[in-house]
Amino acid sequence: MTQNFEPKGGDRFPLTRRSVIEAVRSIDAEEREQALEALCAAYWKPVYKYIRLRWNRPTDAAQDLTQGFFMELLERELLDKFDAQKSRLRTYLRICVDSFVTNEDKAGRRLKRGGNVLHVALDFPSAEEELGATVIDPAAIPSPESLEEFFEKEWVRSLFALAVEDLRELCARKERTRTFHLFEAYDLDGNEKISYEQLAQEYGIAATDVTNALSWARREFRRIALKRLRELCGSEEEFQREARAAFGWDAK
Amino acid sequence: MKFISDRALERLRDGAEIPDLAGTHYRLLERVARGGMGVVYIAEDEKLQRRVALKILDVPGTEGDLATRLIREARVLARLEHPGIVPVHDVGTLADGRVFYTMKFVEGRRLDQYIASVNSVPDRLRLFLRICDAVGFAHARGVLHRDLKPANIMVGPFGEVLVLDWGLAKILREEVLHTTRETDPEATILEKPKPSATASDSTEISAVTEHGTVMGTPGYMSPEQARGDVKNLDARSDIFSLGALLRFLLTGKPEEASAPGGARVDKSLSAICTKATAAAPAERYPNVQELALDVSRYLDGLAVGAHRESVFEKTARFYRRYRFFILLIAAYLVMRVLILLFMHR
Repeated sequence: MTQNFEPKGGDRFPLTRRSVIEAVRSIDAEEREQALEALCAAYWKPVYKYIRLRWNRPTDAAQDLTQGFFMELLERELLDKFDAQKSRLRTYLRICVDSFVTNEDKAGRRLKRGGNVLHVALDFPSAEEELGATVIDPAAIPSPESLEEFFEKEWVRSLFALAVEDLRELCARKERTRTFHLFEAYDLDGNEKISYEQLAQEYGIAATDVTNALSWARREFRRIALKRLRELCGSEEEFQREARAAFGWDAK
Repeated sequence: MKFISDRALERLRDGAEIPDLAGTHYRLLERVARGGMGVVYIAEDEKLQRRVALKILDVPGTEGDLATRLIREARVLARLEHPGIVPVHDVGTLADGRVFYTMKFVEGRRLDQYIASVNSVPDRLRLFLRICDAVGFAHARGVLHRDLKPANIMVGPFGEVLVLDWGLAKILREEVLHTTRETDPEATILEKPKPSATASDSTEISAVTEHGTVMGTPGYMSPEQARGDVKNLDARSDIFSLGALLRFLLTGKPEEASAPGGARVDKSLSAICTKATAAAPAERYPNVQELALDVSRYLDGLAVGAHRESVFEKTARFYRRYRFFILLIAAYLVMRVLILLFMHR
């Protein structure tokens, strides 16, 4: 069927990818490590913020637990037990975090780990700053639904932030830095008062150029975010579900 | 790494929903509605300079269940050329990987919104007969709708009735996807099925209507459909939905026995609904034509097959049907009696 439905306007949407879940189970150590890094890049902030909020841990303990969790994920091969048919990866990871923190409490351990194994830069001060900027209703925090919701929102925030970084790099490679600046000013900075005309004046270009640039950037952002998401999903069905959740299509 | 605020999250989501129509001859005009599978827009076909409805999936890729279902829906619709079924113009994949199809843009109201403006029972029944006409046509072509409900019926500005959303359709006979001159003598386009197409489409069908999967709308879904008994579904499953739809037209709800305000529905019509929505398929009408015939008989003042009348009901119906003549004869007889009385005074 696929051969009858080639995308119109160019092959910009690759159809087959190897997911992180598959790669984590690979016998190739390098591939496994890269997969874990991709997973860690997308999930470390939600995990850190979740530990801070759900488990009410101080910053240094939460940092230690976050690094420890990803180490445990690798050492105990926890992802091998993940079944995409039964649950979402996000929910599975959150449950693993809960279990990990409980076990750490029971064992009374508090070890500095992961620094020389994880190659993803974990910028904890920025995560802490973001946590401060996030609007949280304290009354809703104890309910499991609100924690699930919080973890999901932070995961979407993390996914989108990675996609924005990828877009920034893409724009730099394609010499479209101005496009990224326009995208940043209009879509990321959230300035509701700014108009296409004002942006056009500011950058000395026509308003239609602003429209075209933003249209291109949004398209690319969507493509990149979905590509990253697909890599993080274990099955096509999970990808469909997660995409709907990430982009809020179920709620609209 | 840049912090994405809640406001920025919403903006990014909104921006990402807009489809990439580069490489197509469509221009986006307006977002109309969101369904379970994706979004429907009004777009302009720049080649033919006309408005079309553009249905686009949210998630890219042609391999998922939803994509398979959308493509099948388009193919099924393309084969069902009937005034009561929206014609499909085009199907394909956008540059951003999302499957889409375009169909005739119909300006109208959904049946559940439209029905408030139709007060007369006969008018509602005539509307129902037009729905039966479209569904009966699809059945004759081997297609079950499986999601007949007021939200999937559109009434156009000239009262035309269109049955929408064939995404859950079940193909009873494969030739509907490969119509040739032999199976459709009126077809103007000849398309020979590819040798591999039958196998691939069978796979699609089984993937979409896998046994045990429950798809449909409570209240309008037949008991066998609610059980996920997909293999044994036939036209009588849609007849159940039509029965529920008829009851909705008469009472405002698919399972209600009396009309709003407590007014009772005529026994014959109530019996038609009961027969169409019988729990056992064997007790329902065998086909849409039989159901439509019973409704037509009611409209013509004749006895309906679903209800055995008492002598009183028969008389009342006879009176309703021939009221004018009965009153005329009665008036004549009264006049004669009066004349006779006057003459014998």
